[in-house]
Amino acid sequence: MSLIEAQGLVKRFGDFTAVDGIDVRVEAGEAFGFLGPNGAGKSSTMRMVGCVSPPTDGQLRIFGMDPVRDGPAIRSRLGVCPQQDSLDLELTCLENLTVYARYFGIPRKVARERARELLDFVQLGDRADSPVEPLSGGMKRRLVIARALINEPEIVLLDEPTTGLDPQARHLVWERLFRLKQRGVTLVLTTHYMDEAEQLCDRLVVMDAGKIVAEDAPRALIERYSTREVVELRFGLDGLDTYADKLAGVGERLEVLPDRILLYAADGDDAVAQVHGRGLTPSSVLVRRSTLEDVFLHLTGRTLVD
Amino acid sequence: MGGTVAVLGHHLTIYRRVWRGSVFTSFLVPVLFLLGMGISVGGYVDERQGPLGVPYLDFIAPGLLMSTALQVAVSEAMWPVFDGFAWSRRYEVMRTAPVRTRDILLGHVAFVQLRALIAVAGFLLVMTLFGAVHSALAPLALPVGVLVGCATSIPIFGYSAHVKSENMFAVVMRFGVIPMTLFAGVFFEVGAMPPAARALAYVSPLWHGVELARGATLGVDTAWSWPLHVGYLLLWIAVGWPLALRQFTRRLDT
Amino acid sequence: MVTTALALPRAARRIDEGLRRSLAVTGRNATLARHLGYWWLLASGFFEPLLYLLSIGFGVGALVGELPLPDGRTVPYAEFVAPAMLASSAMNGAIAESTMNLFAKMKHMRLYDAVLATPVTPVEVAVGELIWATVRGGMYCAAFLVIMVAMGLTTVWGALLAFPATLLVCFAFGGAGMLLATFMKGWQDFDYLMAAQFALFLFSGTFAPVDSFPTVARWLMELTPLYHGVELVRAATTGTFQWVLLWHLAYLVALLVVTLRFAGRRMGGLLLK
Repeated sequence: MSLIEAQGLVKRFGDFTAVDGIDVRVEAGEAFGFLGPNGAGKSSTMRMVGCVSPPTDGQLRIFGMDPVRDGPAIRSRLGVCPQQDSLDLELTCLENLTVYARYFGIPRKVARERARELLDFVQLGDRADSPVEPLSGGMKRRLVIARALINEPEIVLLDEPTTGLDPQARHLVWERLFRLKQRGVTLVLTTHYMDEAEQLCDRLVVMDAGKIVAEDAPRALIERYSTREVVELRFGLDGLDTYADKLAGVGERLEVLPDRILLYAADGDDAVAQVHGRGLTPSSVLVRRSTLEDVFLHLTGRTLVD
Repeated sequence: MGGTVAVLGHHLTIYRRVWRGSVFTSFLVPVLFLLGMGISVGGYVDERQGPLGVPYLDFIAPGLLMSTALQVAVSEAMWPVFDGFAWSRRYEVMRTAPVRTRDILLGHVAFVQLRALIAVAGFLLVMTLFGAVHSALAPLALPVGVLVGCATSIPIFGYSAHVKSENMFAVVMRFGVIPMTLFAGVFFEVGAMPPAARALAYVSPLWHGVELARGATLGVDTAWSWPLHVGYLLLWIAVGWPLALRQFTRRLDT
Repeated sequence: MVTTALALPRAARRIDEGLRRSLAVTGRNATLARHLGYWWLLASGFFEPLLYLLSIGFGVGALVGELPLPDGRTVPYAEFVAPAMLASSAMNGAIAESTMNLFAKMKHMRLYDAVLATPVTPVEVAVGELIWATVRGGMYCAAFLVIMVAMGLTTVWGALLAFPATLLVCFAFGGAGMLLATFMKGWQDFDYLMAAQFALFLFSGTFAPVDSFPTVARWLMELTPLYHGVELVRAATTGTFQWVLLWHLAYLVALLVVTLRFAGRRMGGLLLK
């Protein structure tokens, strides 16, 4: 049995359709990602899975239960890390966890022990009794993650877990999440960062405008929708289309962006040689590996960065 | 029930860290009022042997007692509720745990009434020290204070969940709390006002609370029979609760 | 503009430019007010002192009867209490606008960091803020005076005399509020400020003459700033002119000058680190 099963899931707010009939299955122990730009419907989906937002239409089962009828039972087995760091700034790190533990009916003593362990796990053990207010963004996010683990959840929902963090803080969060996964916890996360999706997810869906446009493992998606390498060519800003005509036939595919041209090719250096062979002299040339960004661009015709 | 208690516990845990400022204002303000109005203005009022039948200090003390309950309950149902939705997003976090929206509302309402009760109890003690209590029924003013707190704050919970900007709370103060404090029989009898204004005073929950409290601390008869006053306050709760729950549900379960 | 600048002596030119930049700070507030649509809320602020006047002046007034003025005349309670309401609402308005706004802008919006990147100096910012606080407070006061005249609580001449007195109260408390804002650490401190304001409201000869209090309390009250504002405004609306008014006037002017100087200096210290 899948832990999460959605069929034809729809969420509407008035006239606006946030989630437009998606099918998703998440198996125990995997790390599953929703990748997409802001407004793609990721957070609405997460809120439905978190049983705080009833689906407008379609089927949703979590642990085989109905989120509307069995909301409390499901939520007691979920851990949720919301997008904003909604912490009690007046309280200490430890109190933030123990207060939250009471909502799960965890006895005080157990809650305190568990909270200490979790603070150690997210490397905030020495901050247990200091207030939350002065913590850095990365520390606060780790504290939110610790709070989401207080009920020893089987599934942890993470809504954009590293948005707004600096590179070091992000890597620390990723590393802790990876450890969680190794312990057998199922992770479901949303992100608009390709590197995050590639680092953390076993499997992911790409969402755009409320719909799923692709689903697979990150590497498989890249192989299916992109080439092994991409060449980025810049020629100044005018007349990119005429250059595109002259480049026809180089590589497998070509994409014209407002500021540059992308050439999709199995062998990037070979493609660059062909460009020069046609007498073209780009102002800059960059050969790189394909990423999920290219997949997304291919699927939707837009870049992910918003 | 367990959910409600956990929510109440959450608010109490926070209050333990921030109580100082609130005690200062909710306690000191009425004391200043008793000194400034009750004693100094009261001196002139009592000289003239007016229509009140009791010393002015004794007259306004129960009124101020209830307006304290009103002020504490209503302001606790404004900014902190707005905070729960918009700034700290505390409610949203509670909602991710297995508590229901009604637990979140009820737990916070209970906390607010506890705050009102503490303020009323402190004030009643000060009144006693000022010699403004003349009846063994005085402790009944405590539940009356909670009743006024509930009747006025529960609809405000709904309002606070509804508004988009905290600037809208000034409207509640200007058109609700302040007029009630000034015209609902705290400083003078409502009978001295023109009929239209008197009718408004009868509509306000505070007047009913003031009548009950005056009955309790002075041992005098209430304007109407006491079950009517109590019933009217209960009516505000009965109407306010579903409205508040609806707004909370709209914010937390969509 | 250029010719004027050349014709003026250097010092005067500096003041002129300083004032212009202060007014730019004032202008920013006025623009913001237009945009935020808080005019409606602003307008509702007129009602508050009116309600107090009706409740205390007439409601409680019926119980109190008449009270004596410093020159020995007695007046109905409403006439006694109305100018005091006016002075204290001028104080409340000025403090709310200066302390709260200034604090919010300094601590949270970091607004002045942007303003001070321009040639505007901290003192000019302080003066600009103060002018805005007074413009707003002045509107409330004018409206209140119109109501007082309409209710027969003062004469037109009394109101015209009282108006500059209320502006002085606005200015003086605006300056004091600004200075306080530079000492505020967090929003909790505002609880104490509110309590202090409330104590001033009750114990500045507002609701009863200060002589009705014990001697020591009376001395204390006569030291507090609102007492002088109340006495000044009441003298104007009731037409009670005595030499002691000069002392009240001097007190408020001194308060304004001293607080403004310190506020500007402290803001400079806080902002230009």
